[in-house]
Amino acid sequence: MDRNRTHSLRHLAAIKQSLFDQGHLDEQFIQLEELQDDANPNFVEEIVTLYYRDSSRLISNLDQTLERNPLDFNKLDTIMHQFKGSSSSIGAKKVKAECTLFREYCRAGNAEGCRRSFQQMKKEYAALRKKLETYFQLARQAGPLETAFRPK
Amino acid sequence: MANNKISALIVDDDSIIRKIHKTMLERLFNIEAETVKDGKEAVELCRSGANFDIIFMDREMPIMDGAEATKQLRAMGVKSTIVGITTRAGGEDREEFLAAGSNHCFEKPLDRAKVEVVLREHKKFTI
Repeated sequence: MDRNRTHSLRHLAAIKQSLFDQGHLDEQFIQLEELQDDANPNFVEEIVTLYYRDSSRLISNLDQTLERNPLDFNKLDTIMHQFKGSSSSIGAKKVKAECTLFREYCRAGNAEGCRRSFQQMKKEYAALRKKLETYFQLARQAGPLETAFRPK
Repeated sequence: MANNKISALIVDDDSIIRKIHKTMLERLFNIEAETVKDGKEAVELCRSGANFDIIFMDREMPIMDGAEATKQLRAMGVKSTIVGITTRAGGEDREEFLAAGSNHCFEKPLDRAKVEVVLREHKKFTI
């Protein structure tokens, strides 16, 4: 077996393992990978790209709505509900957790809490994006590979 | 026995979820799935004569939500298996969905195991 490819595959496996170990991704991501096949080798990357594209609109919306005074908690909760749904569909575990927290603050009418958890959520969202970009780039370089292995 | 492919309709306002669920049904179960983005479109599609073996119905959607759409479909005489999908499957949402006439109610996201539960009850399904 080509030594470079073996090295790439090991590196890929390590990145993926750490994404799970650090709690960035959950089981849903694996479910998505199971839908990849030779005819659609980049399915997960396509879904993730779609997610970041669509959700950026929701984030702008949240940003704007958080600038109002007083806050419209109902509206914030509605937008966040949608964002949380999308995030959980790609297995974005930490992002999803912040969304849940945000919604709790909305229900409690806690403006400061909302703003704080929104900032935290954006951090997690950006961090995940970077890590997944690296992951997919490496995956493309490594070529068709055994994606069905599960992290420990 | 020529074309016994199961037909499905996915009703969800999130485009990512529509794409994931459609792909899952097609790749894992060989089920052909159409998609619409809210309850009203689902009702109109069925009213225009479209027939589906299974309808996967999201709960929270703008214009017309899943429970209301389920009610209307049943009132129209639609006999499809209706699978309610909600972010809160225990409690009120579930009660509402089942009362509206759905056959199942699951928590998001839809996955292989949940689809298998639905298919086990469907007459066309053979492993």
